[in-house]
Amino acid sequence: MFPVRVFGLTKDFPQGFWRPRPHRAVDGLSFDIPEGGVFGLLGPNGAGKSTTLKLLLDLLRPTTGHAEILGRPAGDVEARQRLGFLPENPTFYDHLTAEELLEYFAGLFGYRGEDRRARASAALDRVGLGADRRRPLRQYSKGMVQRVGLAQAIVNDPALVILDEPMSGLDPIGRRDVREMILALRDEGRTVLFSSHILSDAEQLCSRVGILAKGRLVAEGTIGELTRHTGGTDVTASNVPSAFVDRVAARVRKTSRIADGRYRFELPAGERPEPFIADLAAAGAVLVSVAPVGASLEEAFMHALGTDRDGRADSPGPEGAGLPDDPRAGLQGERQDPDGASRSDRP
Amino acid sequence: MTARRIALVAWHVFKEHVRDRVLYAIAGFALLLVAASILLGQLTAGEDVKIIKDLGLAVIEGAGLLMTIFLGVGLVSREIDRRSIISLLAKPLPRWQFIVGKYLGLVLTIVVNVAAMTAALLVMLKYLDWRALPVERAAWDAVAADPRLLLAALMIAIELALLTAVALFFSAFSSSALLSLAFTIGIYVTGVFSLDLRRFGDIVEAPSLVSHVVAAIGWIVPAFSAFDIKAQVVHGLPVPASYLLLTSCYGVVYAAAVVVAAIVVFSRREFT
Repeated sequence: MFPVRVFGLTKDFPQGFWRPRPHRAVDGLSFDIPEGGVFGLLGPNGAGKSTTLKLLLDLLRPTTGHAEILGRPAGDVEARQRLGFLPENPTFYDHLTAEELLEYFAGLFGYRGEDRRARASAALDRVGLGADRRRPLRQYSKGMVQRVGLAQAIVNDPALVILDEPMSGLDPIGRRDVREMILALRDEGRTVLFSSHILSDAEQLCSRVGILAKGRLVAEGTIGELTRHTGGTDVTASNVPSAFVDRVAARVRKTSRIADGRYRFELPAGERPEPFIADLAAAGAVLVSVAPVGASLEEAFMHALGTDRDGRADSPGPEGAGLPDDPRAGLQGERQDPDGASRSDRP
Repeated sequence: MTARRIALVAWHVFKEHVRDRVLYAIAGFALLLVAASILLGQLTAGEDVKIIKDLGLAVIEGAGLLMTIFLGVGLVSREIDRRSIISLLAKPLPRWQFIVGKYLGLVLTIVVNVAAMTAALLVMLKYLDWRALPVERAAWDAVAADPRLLLAALMIAIELALLTAVALFFSAFSSSALLSLAFTIGIYVTGVFSLDLRRFGDIVEAPSLVSHVVAAIGWIVPAFSAFDIKAQVVHGLPVPASYLLLTSCYGVVYAAAVVVAAIVVFSRREFT
C-alpha cells in the first residue's frame, strides 16, 4: 500500500492582472510513497515543494492530475482523520494556551472528554512542552511554536505525517530534537513525508527522496540509488600538456583548469585512479594530489539539478531535467547556515 | 460529529472574542452610555424613561453594529492572514463546517453582548421605576421595565445576525479586511435605506431606468430598517405579532442564504 500516490499533478498560477498568463509551479508530478519510512521532498526554493504538499492537502486545487492520500482522494475528510500536518513556519492562535490549542484540534478529530485531554497532554509531553502547556502561545519562542506545530501534527496518532520544512528556523538543538522525533515516528511504523532544502537533514533521515526542480521531479529513489553515481577521485597535476587534457576528456567527469598547466580532474566513481595517474606520468605531468570524493546527496542533488559542485552547468540529471534559473538558491548543504527559511513556492 | 465540529469552531470563535480587548472596550463604552442616559433623562422632566429607553436601545444597536462589523470582517480573513487556516483545514473539518462554525461563534458573541446590555438597561429602568412617584409613572407611555424591550433587543439581535452573515461573506470572499469592511458598511448603509430605495421613483424625479435599478437594489439588499421597532416600543405603540414573525423569518432566511453564499465562495478558495 502506498499512503501517498501522485498522478500527473500539475498546478498553474495565473500571473498578471489584465492578461493573466499561467505560471507552472508543479509540472506533471507522479510518484508513490511506500508505507513506513521517511520520504524527503527536496529542492531549491521555488521548486514546488510546498505547492505539492498543499495540493496533497487540498489547500490548492490541481490544474490537471490528481493525488491519493491513504487510499482516498486528496482532501477527503476520512483521509485527513489519519493524517498529521505541520505547515512551514506555523502560526496558531495567540489567545490560546498550547493545551487549549491541542484540545481544540483533538476535538476536531472527534476525541472527547478525558481522551481529548489525555491526547493533548501526551502530544505536548512528547515534544517537551509539558511544563509550558498553560502558557499563552503569544509568549512562545519560534522554536516552541514549531514544537507545538509538531504536537498538533501527531495529536491524532496519524498513519501519515506531512511536515513542510520542519527544521525551518530552529536552532541546532531544536533541529536535533525534530530529527529524533521524525525517526521515532518512523520506528513506530508511520509514514513521514517532509519537504526540505537542508540536504544534511534529508541524508540523515530519509529512506527515499524525490528531488524537485522547477516543479518537475528530476530524481527519485533511495539515498543509495541517488548517490550511486556520485563520489570518485579528484586528481590534481601540474605541467599537464593540453593534448593530454583533450585526450582524457571522455574518461573524466570534469576538468578544472587551476593555473597554466595545472589541472584538477574529477574521475567518476567507476574509474580507478591508478591507470589515470600512470597516463599522467607518461605524458610528462607532475602529480600534485589524489583525493577520494565521498558519495553525497548534495552531489546527487546538484547532478539532478544539472549543476556541478561549483554551481556551474553540468549534464542533465537522471530524468533529463532542465537547468533552473538559480538552482543553488536556498540550497543548504552541511556547511551552510541551517536557519535560513525558504520563501513560499508561490510565484 | 458534524454538529460537534461546528460547535467546537463556534466555541473557539466565542472564546477568542471573549479574550479580545476590543470587545470589552466597545461593551464598556456602551454600558457607560446607557448609564449616562440617566443623567440626560434628568434634564428632561417627565421624559426621562422614554429617553433612557430610546438612548439605551440605540446604544445597544450601535455597539452591536461596531462589534459585528469589526469582528465579522476579520472572521475568516484573519485566519488567512495569520495562516492558521492552513493547519485548521488540514484537519478533518470540511470547509462548510468551518464557515458555519465561524458564523455561529460570532452570532453567539453578539447575542451574549446584546443580552448583557439589555439586562443592564432593564435593571436601570427597574431602579427608576422603584424610585419614581406615582404621578411620574402616570405620565409614562409604558411601564419603565417594559418586557417589550426584550422584543426590540431580539430584533436588534436578528438584524446583527444578518449583518454578521454579510460581513462573513465578504471576509470569505476578500483577502483584504479593509475591503471587507468597506463592502459590509456599504451594504449596511444601503440596507438601512432600502425601503426608501424601493420607493425611489415616487420620491425623486428620475429616468425610469434609474428608478427601476435603484428600486431593484432596494429589494436585493437586506432591509435592515425593517428590524427597527425601537420607536414603537419606547412610545408604547403596538407592534403586530405577524410583523415580528415575518421580519424574523426574513432575517433568518436571508442570513442563511448569505452564509450558503459564503460557503460556496470559501469552498472555491485556495490557500498558498
